Amino acid sequence: MPSRIVAFNLNGRDVEVMVKPLTTLQTVLREHLHLTATKSGCRQGGCGTCTVLVNGEPMLSCLLPVEDIAGQKVVTLEGITPIEGLHPIQQAFFDNYAIQCGYCSPGVIMVIKALLDRNPNPTRQEIMDAIAGNVCRCTGYEPILRAAEDAARRLQSA
Amino acid sequence: MSEVASEVIREMKREFKVVGKSVPRRDGIGHVTGKTVYVDDISFPGMLHLKMVRSPIHHGIIRNVDFSEAEKVPGFVRVLTHRDVPKNIYTILCLIGVGPDEEPVLAVDRVLYKGEPIAAIVAETEEAAMEAVSRVKLDLEELPAVFDVEEALKPDAPILKPWGTNYFIYEGHHCRRVRFGDVEKGFAQADYIIEEVYNTSPIEHAPTETTACVAKPEPDGRYTVYTNTQALFFTMDNTALILQVPFSKLHFVGGTVGGGFGGKVDVITEPIATLAAMKTGRPVKFKYTREEEMRVSSTRSAWRMYFKDGVMKDGRIIARKVISYADSGAYNRHTPYAVTKHAANIAGPYTIPNVYIDAYCVYTNRQPASAMRGFGVTPASFAVECQMDKIAETIGMDPWEIRFINAYRNGDMRPHQKVVEDATLIEVMKAAAELVGHKLPEHLLKMHSWDREKA
Repeated sequence: MPSRIVAFNLNGRDVEVMVKPLTTLQTVLREHLHLTATKSGCRQGGCGTCTVLVNGEPMLSCLLPVEDIAGQKVVTLEGITPIEGLHPIQQAFFDNYAIQCGYCSPGVIMVIKALLDRNPNPTRQEIMDAIAGNVCRCTGYEPILRAAEDAARRLQSA
Repeated sequence: MSEVASEVIREMKREFKVVGKSVPRRDGIGHVTGKTVYVDDISFPGMLHLKMVRSPIHHGIIRNVDFSEAEKVPGFVRVLTHRDVPKNIYTILCLIGVGPDEEPVLAVDRVLYKGEPIAAIVAETEEAAMEAVSRVKLDLEELPAVFDVEEALKPDAPILKPWGTNYFIYEGHHCRRVRFGDVEKGFAQADYIIEEVYNTSPIEHAPTETTACVAKPEPDGRYTVYTNTQALFFTMDNTALILQVPFSKLHFVGGTVGGGFGGKVDVITEPIATLAAMKTGRPVKFKYTREEEMRVSSTRSAWRMYFKDGVMKDGRIIARKVISYADSGAYNRHTPYAVTKHAANIAGPYTIPNVYIDAYCVYTNRQPASAMRGFGVTPASFAVECQMDKIAETIGMDPWEIRFINAYRNGDMRPHQKVVEDATLIEVMKAAAELVGHKLPEHLLKMHSWDREKA
């Protein structure tokens, strides 16, 4: 099947990409647009490292054909990173050592962003439920939970 | 801990800039912003992709490999077989004197495990490489396979190694041996004989970032290899040996690893990707899929450990005999070394006057095992501590007490002929008891590692 143009909004900017049908959003981000903060751990929806926000909802970009998000709003980790300094969630992850090898961090941060956008004061259980699809093989889940709680406090006092 | 000791430590902490303090992570900003560059984030114009043709069977003879349909796939660039690899048969621990070489980079005429690489296909895109791999026709003759360490040592087992045994040979011996005191005499004196067998399973590290590298030809004739290996120079040296090039031809760039846990210390992607870069003159990426990571990357080895302990009524272990088998899978990787570490540690952190250990490194038709977090020692610790609990239960003694009584002290001789220095087991157990809120009796609290109380 021939390639076709798909247009969507990425990190506040309109983009157009020329893709074959069923090309995933992950491939478009990483290989066409060279935005590599979105990771590639399994390409089968199992690890959560490729999580991005589509219209504010966390989605696995490795399972998402890019034509399905035509005309919609996509936000990646690059999209929430300020030019200088860090987003409060990033700062909380950094300050609470909620990072080890760093490979799951982009996906986890995007999930926490989506959670705090709709629930500014989540319980620990709600945070655990939110990150249930994100695998941290360094097993640093406790610091991640602390960072998410800290991020909620920072955003509320901001 | 005494008041004085606590005060000394408090004072020391005040002096240190880093020890005892939380310092910001050097790589932390990169990690939380996604700006850290992992190997798979690297790409170059004109970069090719490499995928492996792998054995679909556990053990067999390669009769023929037909690439004719694969070559027709649009984007196919070339195939690499064992004939292209300058020193195809290697063993990674040759760098520390382990031999002989026994693992092929690409299979020659036989495969020993399901997923063993037979040929590498290089193509313009990852999809084309995968498509071409799927069109390779393999003509294999399946042979009986063996998956159990003790089955592999039986006389009728299929022999997997060219030297005619299914075990690694340690300086002429069939296993790594430790002999200390007279274990049979110990058993004869013992009030109790306590036997058990312990098994551990293979474990996959499953790092979130799969094993990968990119090899890039440089204008000066060198090759830059970006890799997520956990052992950069070790991998560079092995790559140079396999490709028969001077070390100065290779420039390895690494250090950023998206989870390793020991699973990325084998030299797996770099030699073949660098060879592909040499043969094509273009950058080549070789990244495991998740399926490859789970199916063919090394695991922690499975172990079977037979314990026989002679124990006195007062709790002293006076004899320990252990026969251990490590399942190395089809090839050495790091298991011969794991078995040596295991043999040195399977008596545990306890002082036992009579010890007899036979630890075997056994080959089977499983995927090769290798390093993982204390490999060799971790299964030993699991077995030893289960055994300590079993001893305590059998003789009716508190499990803390049995460990304090037998704990090694400074100056004790370990079974592999090392004098114990800087022992801390008793202090660690006291601290652990405090942390879990367990009140230890006075006579145990009086013990310490730097000498032995009079009986």
